[in-house]
Amino acid sequence: MATLAPSRINDFTLKIATVNGTGSASANTLLMKTIFRSGVPVVGKNFFPSNIQGLPTWYEIRVSRDGHLARSGSVELMVALNPETYARDVRELAPGGYLIYDSTWPRPVLLSRADVTVIGVPFARLCNENFSGVRTRILMKNICYAGALAALLNLDLARMRELLGETYAKKPQLLESNVKALQLGFDYVREHVACPLALAVEPMDRTAGHIMIDGNTAAALGCVFAGATVAAWYPITPSTSLMDAFKSFCDRLRVDPQNGRKRFAFIQAEDELAAIGMVLGATWNGARAFTATSGPGISLMGEFLGLAYYAEVPAVLFDVQRVGPSTGMPTRTQQGDLLACAYASHGDTRHVCLYPANPAECFSMAVEAFDLAERLQTPVLVLSDLDIGMNDWMCPEFQWDDAYRPDRGKMLSREQIEGLEKFHRYLDPDGDGIPWRTLPGVHPKGAYFTRGSGHTQFGTYTEDSHDYQVVMDRLMKKWQTAKALVPRARIEGAGSKFGIVSLGSGDSAVREALAVLAAEGVAIDYLRVRAFPFGEEVERFLAEHELLFVVEQNRDAQLRSLLTLETAVEKAKLRSLLHYSGLPVSSRFIVEGVLAELRARPSAAQPSAVGA
Amino acid sequence: MTFIAKPKVTHPSLPQNALGLTRRAYEGALSTLCAGCGHDSVTAAIVEATWRLSLEPQNLVKLSGIGCSSKTTAYFVSGAHGFNAVHGRMPSIATGANAANRRLTYLGISGDGDTLSIGLGQFCHAIRRNLDMLYLIENNGVYGLTKGQFSASADVGTRAKKGETNVQPPIDPVLLALDLGATFVARGFSGDKRQLVPLIEAGLKHRGFALIDVLSPCVTFNDHEGSTKSYAYTREHYEPTVFADFVPREAPIVVDYAEGDAREVALHDGSRIVLRKIGADYDPTNRAAASAAVQARLSAGEYLTGLIYVDPSDARADFHQVSGTPEEPLNALPFEQLSPGAAALHKVLGRYR
Repeated sequence: MATLAPSRINDFTLKIATVNGTGSASANTLLMKTIFRSGVPVVGKNFFPSNIQGLPTWYEIRVSRDGHLARSGSVELMVALNPETYARDVRELAPGGYLIYDSTWPRPVLLSRADVTVIGVPFARLCNENFSGVRTRILMKNICYAGALAALLNLDLARMRELLGETYAKKPQLLESNVKALQLGFDYVREHVACPLALAVEPMDRTAGHIMIDGNTAAALGCVFAGATVAAWYPITPSTSLMDAFKSFCDRLRVDPQNGRKRFAFIQAEDELAAIGMVLGATWNGARAFTATSGPGISLMGEFLGLAYYAEVPAVLFDVQRVGPSTGMPTRTQQGDLLACAYASHGDTRHVCLYPANPAECFSMAVEAFDLAERLQTPVLVLSDLDIGMNDWMCPEFQWDDAYRPDRGKMLSREQIEGLEKFHRYLDPDGDGIPWRTLPGVHPKGAYFTRGSGHTQFGTYTEDSHDYQVVMDRLMKKWQTAKALVPRARIEGAGSKFGIVSLGSGDSAVREALAVLAAEGVAIDYLRVRAFPFGEEVERFLAEHELLFVVEQNRDAQLRSLLTLETAVEKAKLRSLLHYSGLPVSSRFIVEGVLAELRARPSAAQPSAVGA
Repeated sequence: MTFIAKPKVTHPSLPQNALGLTRRAYEGALSTLCAGCGHDSVTAAIVEATWRLSLEPQNLVKLSGIGCSSKTTAYFVSGAHGFNAVHGRMPSIATGANAANRRLTYLGISGDGDTLSIGLGQFCHAIRRNLDMLYLIENNGVYGLTKGQFSASADVGTRAKKGETNVQPPIDPVLLALDLGATFVARGFSGDKRQLVPLIEAGLKHRGFALIDVLSPCVTFNDHEGSTKSYAYTREHYEPTVFADFVPREAPIVVDYAEGDAREVALHDGSRIVLRKIGADYDPTNRAAASAAVQARLSAGEYLTGLIYVDPSDARADFHQVSGTPEEPLNALPFEQLSPGAAALHKVLGRYR
C-alpha cells in the first residue's frame, strides 16, 4: 500500500465534501481557527455553488508549516460526506491518503481504492442517537466531524471548546450541544481508530502577529479607515460581503455617540449603473465614495467610467472578480476582468487599476485607491477576486498610522478661488497633467460644468478639433504622471535569465512554485505587477529577462496582452501559464508548466544552465 | 453656442433680490436650442424663480442627462456647478451628490426620453428614495437631437412630423410619480410662465422629491398639425386646475383671495404655498383623488396642470432621514470623525486573531 511522505506533520491538505446549506461553514472555520491558534500556518478555500441549498460544496484546508498559502494541488485527507460526489472525491485523494466517510450506511464505492486508508465514522447515527430535531441532527453532524478530525489530527480539543465558547457566548444552549457533538466525534474515533494519523498537527509559533481574514472584509476596513462616507452598490456575488462588512464596521465605528446619527451613507442602488453614478455624484461633491461589484457590474458601469475618466471625477471601485464570460460561474474565481477594467468604456479610455495579492493588500490598497483617485481625479479600480475576497487568508496583522491624512489632491479652497481672476477646470498649471478642481457650494467663481461631451481646457463645450485634442493629450500626460504614483511592482530574484510575471491572488502559488523550483536547482526571478499603468520597473524587468512565464487566471492571457500593449516587451519572450478552471491556481500547476517549458529547451533544462 | 459668453452688462436700475443680485446673476450661457423652443421659456422661468428665492448661486447644483432639455442647465445660474451626466442617469448623480452634501439645492433637468425611456428606472428609484431635489421634465413627446422619433410620452394617435401615428400608450410621469409616492407633483406648460415660476419656487423649497412635468413643445419636430404636444394643441387642451402662489418665509401674510377660494400649505422652511382653485372642486392633498383627476383628463385628451399633489407633512421620510445621516454634510465631517485610528483597528482585529 502507498504511503505518504514520512514527515507530513503540519504539511498536508484536508478537504471536506458536504452539501450546501447544511451548516458546515462553522465547523470548517472551527477547524481552521484551531490550527491557526496552534501556531501553525493554515489557509482555507471554500468551493461553493451558486445556490442556497442542496448542491455540492467543498472546503479545502491547507496546513503548511512553511507558510504556503496557495493550493498545493493535492489532497491527503478527504472527509467525504456528500454521496453525490463520493466517486470524484475518492478519485481526488493522493495515494497513501485518508478517506473519512459516514459509516452509518454502507458505501461500497469508497472502498474502490486500495492505496488509501478508509476510516468510517457513523456521524449520522451518533447524532441521531444524541440529538432530536432534523435540523439539529444535520447541523451537529458537522461539529461531530470536527471532533473526529480533532482526534485524527491531534488537534487541541480544549482550544476548540474555547473557540466554540467565543462563537456561542450568548447562546448557552447551542454551546452545550456543539460541545457535546464535538466530543461525540472525538470519542468515537479515539475508541475505534489509531490516533493520530501521520498527518497530525503539532503546535508551532508561526502565526503570532497574524490574523485570519478575507479580502472583502479587509477592503471594507480600508474604506472605513480611508474616510469613505458614501457607499453605493448593487448586490452581486462575490462582492456583496465587502459592502456588508463596510456597513457593519460603520455601524460600530461611525455612529455619533451623542445622537445616533450615521457618519456614512449606505445606498443599495437599483442596479450597477446607478451605483457607479452615485459614487461619481458623491466624489464630485467632495465625499470619498466607492462601490464594489464583479464582472457583470463592470460591464454595466462602463459608460459612467468613461465619463469619469473624461470629465475627471474620482471614484473607487472594487471588482471582486468571478468566472466569466457573461454570468459565468458566480462562485468561482478568475482574473478575467483585467482588460475590461483597464480600458472600460468606449473611446480612448484607460483606468488606473490596482491588483492586491492578499487581504493585507486589500486593506492597504483600499486606502491608496482613495488617495490616488483624488490625486489623479480619475476612477481607480481595485481588482481582487473571489479567492482573495471570500476566503480566509493568514496575513500579518494590519497596522494603521495615526498620522495618516487623506490626500485630497488638487482641490481649491474658498480663499484660493477668491484670489483667482477666473477659474478654468481643465488647465494644466503644474505641468503634471493634473488640473485643479472645485467643489459645489464653495464659491460662485469656482463653478464649472462637468460634462462627458467635448470640452476645452477652460471647461466649456467644444466641437473644435484642436481644443478637443488639447484635453485628450493632457489626459495622456496625466497617465504618465500616474505611472510614478501607483504602487510599484514587487521584484524578487538574483539575476536569473528566466522570470515569472504574475499578479493578484496567484502570488502565493508562484512563491511556493519558486521555492520548489529552487530546490530542484532552477532559479527564477519574479515580478508581481501591482498596478496599471506599469511603472518603469516593469519595463526594466521585462527587458532584462530572456524568457518570461506569465502566470494568470484567465483563458485569454489578459495580463500578457496588457504587457505587450503597454510595454516594449518582445512578444516571443512571453510564455503563458493560464489557469482558468475557476479554482485558485495551485503551485503544482506552475511548477509543472515551468519545467515542461524548460525541458523543451535542450540547453536550458540543466540546472547549471538555469541558475543565476 | 454654449461657449459664447453673454456680456454681463449691469444697469443700476435693474431690480435686486435680497442678496443684492439682479436677474443677470441667475442667467447662464446663450441657448443653442432652436428659436422658439419651449425649453428656453422654462430656462427663463428658472432664472426668475431662483432670483426671486434669492438662492446663493453657488448653493444650487444643476444636474441633467442627455438631450435637448439636458443642455439647458448651461443656460441658467452660471455661478452654480453643473453636472451633465450620461443619458438617463442624472438621478444617480443627484443621489450621490445629495448624499455627500445635503445643504445644497438640487435641480435636475431632464426630458421625456431621458426620463421615461432610458432613465425610467433611475427616475422611479429617486422618487422611492424621496431624494430632496426638484426634478423638472421638459416634455415634448419627441426626440429632438436625433430628429423626431416618438418618445415614451407620445400620446396614442399623435402624428410624427414624417407622418407616422403613435399607437403605443404613453407613460405619464405625473401618474407614475403619484403612484410611486412622490410628495410634490406638478405639471406646467412652458407657455404659461405665470403658473410655472411659483411652481419652480415651491418645488425648490419642498423637502423631498418634487416633480414638475413641463409641457414644452418642440418647434422643430413636434409642433405640426396632428401632434398632441404642439403649442396650439397644448394651449387648447391644458387646464390650469390649481394655481399655486409661492410665498417666501420672510413675506408677510397678505390675504387677497376671495374667502373659500384659497388654501395655504406650509413648507418645511416656513415658506408657504397658496393654492387657488380655478377648476372644479379639487383637493391637491389627496393622492388618490389627484391621480383619478389626472387620469380622467388624460382620457379626455387634456392635461390637468398646476400643483397637482403636495404632501408637506413629515409622514414620508426623505433620503437622509432614511439613511440616518447627520445634519452636517458628510463631505464636511473632519477626518478624525471618520477614521477610527490605530487603537480601534487593533480592537476590531481581535476577532480575526
